[in-house]
Amino acid sequence: MKSARLQRAAVTAVSSLLAVGVALVISAIILLVTGKDPVKAFSTLFGAAGEPKVLQGMANRATPLMISAAAVAIGFKMNLFNIGVEGQMRVALLTTAVLGAAVELPPVLHVTFCFVVAMASGAAWSGIAGWLKVKRGVNEVISTIMLNFIALALVAWAFDDFFRVESSTQSLLVKTKDLPRSAWMPDIVDRRLNGMLIIAILVLIVFWVLIWKTKFGFRLRASGGNAGAARATGVNPKKMIFVSMLISGAFAGLVGMRALMGDVHAYQNNLAEQQGFNGIAVALLGRNHPLGIFFSAMLFGFLGEASGRLQLEDIPKEITTIMTGIIVLAVVIINEAVKRWDDRRIQRKAAAALDAEKATAEAVTA
Amino acid sequence: MSVSTPADGLAVELIGITKRFPGVVANYDVGLKVRPGTIHAIVGENGAGKSTLMKTLYGMHQPDEGRIVVNGQEVTFRSPTDAIGVGIGMVHQHFKLADNLTILENIILGDEPVGGRGRIKFDEARNRITELAATLGVDFDPDTMVGELGVGQRQRVEILKVLYRGANVLILDEPTAVLVPQEVEELFATLKRLVAEGRTVIFISHKLDEVLTYCDEITVIRQGTTVGQTTPSQIDRRGLAEMMVGSDLPNPSGRTTSVGSHVVLNASHVDVAGKVAGAKLALEDVSVVVHDAEVVGIAGVEGNGQFELCEAILGLVPLERGTVEIDGVDRTDDETKDRLTSGLAYIPFDRHREGLLLDSPLWENTLLGREHEASLTSGPFIVRRKIEADSRAIIERFGVRTPSEQVPAFALSGGNQQKLVVGREMATEPKVLLAAHPTRGVDVGAQAAIWDELRRARDNGLGVLLISADLEELIGLSDRILVMFDGRVTAELNPREVTPELLGSYMTGAVQGAGR
Repeated sequence: MKSARLQRAAVTAVSSLLAVGVALVISAIILLVTGKDPVKAFSTLFGAAGEPKVLQGMANRATPLMISAAAVAIGFKMNLFNIGVEGQMRVALLTTAVLGAAVELPPVLHVTFCFVVAMASGAAWSGIAGWLKVKRGVNEVISTIMLNFIALALVAWAFDDFFRVESSTQSLLVKTKDLPRSAWMPDIVDRRLNGMLIIAILVLIVFWVLIWKTKFGFRLRASGGNAGAARATGVNPKKMIFVSMLISGAFAGLVGMRALMGDVHAYQNNLAEQQGFNGIAVALLGRNHPLGIFFSAMLFGFLGEASGRLQLEDIPKEITTIMTGIIVLAVVIINEAVKRWDDRRIQRKAAAALDAEKATAEAVTA
Repeated sequence: MSVSTPADGLAVELIGITKRFPGVVANYDVGLKVRPGTIHAIVGENGAGKSTLMKTLYGMHQPDEGRIVVNGQEVTFRSPTDAIGVGIGMVHQHFKLADNLTILENIILGDEPVGGRGRIKFDEARNRITELAATLGVDFDPDTMVGELGVGQRQRVEILKVLYRGANVLILDEPTAVLVPQEVEELFATLKRLVAEGRTVIFISHKLDEVLTYCDEITVIRQGTTVGQTTPSQIDRRGLAEMMVGSDLPNPSGRTTSVGSHVVLNASHVDVAGKVAGAKLALEDVSVVVHDAEVVGIAGVEGNGQFELCEAILGLVPLERGTVEIDGVDRTDDETKDRLTSGLAYIPFDRHREGLLLDSPLWENTLLGREHEASLTSGPFIVRRKIEADSRAIIERFGVRTPSEQVPAFALSGGNQQKLVVGREMATEPKVLLAAHPTRGVDVGAQAAIWDELRRARDNGLGVLLISADLEELIGLSDRILVMFDGRVTAELNPREVTPELLGSYMTGAVQGAGR
């Protein structure tokens, strides 16, 4: 029955591709309406796919998206909606920038230290939302949104009042103290693709193993699939909520590390901005599965990277932002429709298989 | 079967209604004749098919066979809107009212009288509601917030809401389940006024006393089909109980093995708080003992504390008082998981709500609650290959009809889903099993298979606490039967001596306290 699994995977993949297709069509219509040539736009856009530079940029942009999508997806797997990845990321960014610059460690150890700090501070921030939900029943959507604002303000204030260092050469650029070289994440392709990509892929693998291969992951999926059944079979729902919120936050802490440890090497305002929010869309398109997340992050990364080319052809690059928006909407709608259709298909198939079995049994007895 | 014509003068007639769900026939060849201007009771045990029938009549689903005739006209309903269109309204057991709106707003919600420029004509609505309220004999200010109303008043608002939409036939689904006795009297006073002005009330219940006291006609449903129609003057309580549960009871289990002497479950003097703060206890001083190789049956109308008893034994609700021992160890303060790993298993009341991951494949469903079993796991990891093999073994042993263990649980029929749940729980090799309605909604073949498994496990030393509404099951399997009523254990009966009337009167609380 391997084929049944493959079929389900294929259906999932096709529905996501369908969503992307729908988004392309709608974007083409928008281009037409605004008097631009969609054929030229798309050929420029996808023509860029052949260039190594664009592909490197795509992978680089996809790196934080993979991690933040994994952070969101782990919550989704048990019906927890962690919208606070952005805030958790921001808290982790400043904490890591400050603590990372404050210690001296040998290269590999220093990087590891930074990761641990990032994950711990991200988890601490998401833990607040988890604690509020478990103890006081506060909906995590509300609390994580609110905590995003608090994180933003808190980090901005702490940065401005305590940790900023005026740079002597570029007086306009305020940053924290630079991370020592030992805490830098090396590039795979110089200035174009950072080694954080490997960490992101590792995160996706850890996510996959954790959710699909461990007892903990099974309990987590059971809680998401049927909270009543999970409770009756001995899963403590509160503990589950709290722990998965912590893991989600720990992943979220790593989202900004490509920008911090691989690029700027210090905290500054707007660093890695929006990467936490964009993970939500990537997780949706990737259907909360590591492989799906990988490809969706690459697609989003590509759209971001290639959009610059459009401007050269006098086509507003915002069309790619519109496309991402439409993709997300289309995914939600198409997934639901496809799931209903697929559920009916499976039910019919199961019934047919049983009828056939019955018929053979009767033929044998006759 | 008569052919209905307007001359028959029936408000509602159902002819040969059959409704199937995957794997079960919920209604079979049901006939119902309701005369206008009467309170017509539909009685039957839980799961007898009353609600399915009423959903058919209210257009919430379509019957597979049969005809619906309203006022002599044959009708087909595609949705409740169609039913409302011909004057049939339904008052649900669980109120569908918004607390933050006034009575007036709740009543007109979805059916607002709209004037020019889209404005709601509140005055017109207020006048109509006051008029309707007067005919009901109730007196309230339509501008009161619903949040401030008591349960009885809310029900009155629900009735008004249905009347406001022009219903002539009102279906009330177990309306008294939520009411205290005085409110019940007030409700029936209201209903009497309604029928006095020519409306018709269809009243679903399993409380025999109310039905006999207040209703004009009674239709009894058992196992999905109508057993007969009668009136309170023609029948007494005992006769009605017999119609409800069937007159010929099965033989008690002719078991050859004997009950053990080791206590595997001892729930002692358990109190559990009610759902709402300040409400009466959901369980009051309940003590239950189950020995190894013993089946203790719990009889009772649903909602008298059986669910809370299971939750208390499982550790899913805090105890106000009392202790729970499993296999000789005090587990009162232990987590659910620790109880389940120390020999307790649970077949839940509702397999969809508590027993299955419907979207997950069967092999994941057979793992549920067994993640601690060393044979299925390796350290923190689950071992899919082993779980699948184990799942196939369960499917084989319990005769679950499925193409494979990879099929998602929703694709199975109800009976096969239930067999899978039973199989999973038995696979933990428990010392004591809480079996809540283990064969509910299951076809006869699957039922027999599940019973055989339970008997076999019992003979091998399993203690079973069997909660059931199916008397055949209770009497056929139990070594002792406890009756629960109103959160307490009110009687202990010998299945060999029990009669349906006796059980019926204990279950409805008419007689209390024999053998305890």
